[in-house]
Amino acid sequence: MPSTPHSSDFTVPSYGLKPSRAVLSNGAVVIAKETRTIPAVTINLAIRSGSVCDPADAPGAMFLLSRVIDRGTVGRSTTDIADDLDNRGITLVLSVTRHLFSLACTCLSEDFEEVFALIGDIIMSPTFPEAELAIRKAEVITAIRQDDDNPAVRAVESLMAQLYPAHPYGRRSKGTVDVVEQLTRDRLAAIHAARFAPSELCAVVVGDVPAARATDAAARVFGGWLRPPPAAVPLPRTIPAPARRRLVIPMMNKAQADVAYGFTAVARNDPAYYAFSLMNNILGQYSMGGRLGDSIRERQGMAYYAFSSLDANIAEGPLVVRAGVSPENVERAVASIDEEVGRFAREGATARELQESQQYLVGSMPRALETNAAIAVFLQTSELFGLGLDYDRRLPEHLRAVTLDMVNAAARRVLDPDRASIVIAGPYREP
Amino acid sequence: MLRRATLDNGLKVLIQEEHTAPLASVWCWYKVGSKDEQPGLTGVSHWCEHMNFKGTTNIPRDQVKGIIEQFGGSWNGYTWIDQTTYLETATRDALDRMLFIEAERMANCLYHPDDCESERTVIISELHGGENDPDQLLDQELTATAFKAHPYRHPTIGWLSDLETMSRDDLFGYYRRYYLPNNATLVVVGDVDADEALRLVEARFGAIPPGTAPTRRRTVEPEQSGERRLQIRKEGTTTYLKIAFHAPAFTDPGFFPLLVLDACLTGAKGLNLWSSFRGLPPQRSARLYRALVERGLASAVGGALLPTEHPFLYTVSITATDGTSSDEVRDILIEELNRVRREGVTDAELTKAKAQLKARLVFDHESITDIAHQLGYFETIASVDSFLETPSRIAAVTLDEVSDVARTVLIDSNRTIGWFEPLGLGTVKSEV
Repeated sequence: MPSTPHSSDFTVPSYGLKPSRAVLSNGAVVIAKETRTIPAVTINLAIRSGSVCDPADAPGAMFLLSRVIDRGTVGRSTTDIADDLDNRGITLVLSVTRHLFSLACTCLSEDFEEVFALIGDIIMSPTFPEAELAIRKAEVITAIRQDDDNPAVRAVESLMAQLYPAHPYGRRSKGTVDVVEQLTRDRLAAIHAARFAPSELCAVVVGDVPAARATDAAARVFGGWLRPPPAAVPLPRTIPAPARRRLVIPMMNKAQADVAYGFTAVARNDPAYYAFSLMNNILGQYSMGGRLGDSIRERQGMAYYAFSSLDANIAEGPLVVRAGVSPENVERAVASIDEEVGRFAREGATARELQESQQYLVGSMPRALETNAAIAVFLQTSELFGLGLDYDRRLPEHLRAVTLDMVNAAARRVLDPDRASIVIAGPYREP
Repeated sequence: MLRRATLDNGLKVLIQEEHTAPLASVWCWYKVGSKDEQPGLTGVSHWCEHMNFKGTTNIPRDQVKGIIEQFGGSWNGYTWIDQTTYLETATRDALDRMLFIEAERMANCLYHPDDCESERTVIISELHGGENDPDQLLDQELTATAFKAHPYRHPTIGWLSDLETMSRDDLFGYYRRYYLPNNATLVVVGDVDADEALRLVEARFGAIPPGTAPTRRRTVEPEQSGERRLQIRKEGTTTYLKIAFHAPAFTDPGFFPLLVLDACLTGAKGLNLWSSFRGLPPQRSARLYRALVERGLASAVGGALLPTEHPFLYTVSITATDGTSSDEVRDILIEELNRVRREGVTDAELTKAKAQLKARLVFDHESITDIAHQLGYFETIASVDSFLETPSRIAAVTLDEVSDVARTVLIDSNRTIGWFEPLGLGTVKSEV
């Protein structure tokens, strides 16, 4: 390539988010970062009450709670809330991950205080009206039924159930139709009362509002919220699969099969996390799907997508390989994944691959932290895992410190086709 | 401040300095999409897009991987009915690298026969993946039914038999016909100096010769003279229903009144095809949400009016709740559409819709990638000036204009209704 810049010329600009962090007297955390890109603010409020907090007999309870919590408070009807949001052009997004229950939205700066107060009210004082609960149950049941007909969802959820048989990570986050039907208003209110407390709250505000103003707003809204901290939810140990397992879910009404192939991998606070992150990037992310994309999509033309993902979490999260292939290519795709996974464990990565992935992950940080919403998620993640306010500046050092030996040790720790869990969902039956 | 230039070879250039992050985004847009395809070659625009990531004369195949990732960047492309586009967003140091890639893509792609064959199965896999989703399948069938003459009728991915039979020569010939500087717009947005960026653009693209401007044959879709209906009966779990009306093109006077009407019916989405449609709109108080979702008949309702060069469709999509029949949903939907046709919207609804659209336009422009997308998208389907007028065009929409567009667009004879009727899982004996 003539007269193009060489990668060695490239340096990452020095930057830093430098957010402010305050802890209110009731334990609520407030993190604020002022940006001036557009006259808008992202508000991201998270409670440490994800699906791991679902009662053992009611998986999916937190998800249903997330669908109904914003449909009426002590002081606001569902219509009031709808008008407050819609008149300002705001979409309130509620989501439940394994460990967090989040409410997030972006609003114009001029609306910040009112919108923050509204979301605070939703978190602290929901009333779960019966009529609303009935409507949201019907929505969730429909969503579960849609998932039942979705090969990608079936493959991944079944893989998680295989990898985490006696662990909350193995549960369907939406639960089952039976459980949803049986959940009552009183049960949801009790779960809310037990799990939602200021000690579990982290409020992140990123955008065109001074950090001090954001912190003041949070203190006004949440400062008087008093509730005792909930009991910790113990997580059982994760147990790596002792042998290869394979499940086929025939879905003969579909055109393409989804393959999900994985292992229990690593916790976010494991010192080996950065080595795992780079290993995953080389295996199934870099450029168009790493080594897996090279093999399955580029060289063999078998799939529109083939990649891996690593979900390091409080407990050891999974490393999952995914591919979508025609039914006649299922066995060849699984064999190709076996080959790449096995080769990585046997032979390791090359120095060039590691250098490329390090350069990419470090260099992509300005892009990854360009928008208010992305910064807010980054700050929430940093808070959840206790990574510190300067984590954006330290992350490049962590990535650069990873050696080839560390990556290869990570690969040997989990990548073993003889212990892979595999689920195939689609128009396919076991030969 | 938007800097505009046209090179001697006809390449339009749009450059905007945005010093909010140490990044630059480059997009190269071509006026070619699935509406330019002939029978037998449906899907060729999209397949060409795939081939244009597979090496060039000066970027050997084995050096494609990592060429932009070295700069922490991402790159991608997409094809739709009016356009094919490619983008890179990376640190500002990579500006010349990004321009080099796009210049190579314009002039020097290889189309190696082995790569064409390998990509055939990748694209068929993409098509099959889409068919796994009943909602997407219904959308494809609805569009094909709503149009009987205009090439907007065929899916951008193409029909399967065309994908099975198209040759390398078909692909390469199409590439050479449309990938010309005088058929393209290059957009640069980010932490760059506009003068320096323009100099780099001239250095990379200036020597690419122009070509004969592609001949555009235009079939005008005849006025629809009666309601059309289609039903898909397949194994599944969920009922989906869609209703589509022939709608104004972006530059037609009715476009913005219909955009406001859609905001009243289903919530405002903004106008960024790249980012606006990823999440839900603000719609809890919108008419169709209240009529269908709040009454427990639907779990989701959405509206789509997309900016297009020729008149396309305004589509409302509904997911029925488990146990609700398509008849029930269809009757309520039609009742609501007839009501707005008869009565128009209220002043309060108009005010709310405009406030929503104002906010969405702000949110549409947060990243340099989004800004660059918008400049190039509108220059390709209309003109960048028409895009820059968007806020004032929305602000100027009147109640009468919304009523007029409701009366003229939402009529029975202009609509196509499609629904996916799920047959229970396992009820159909399969031959697979």
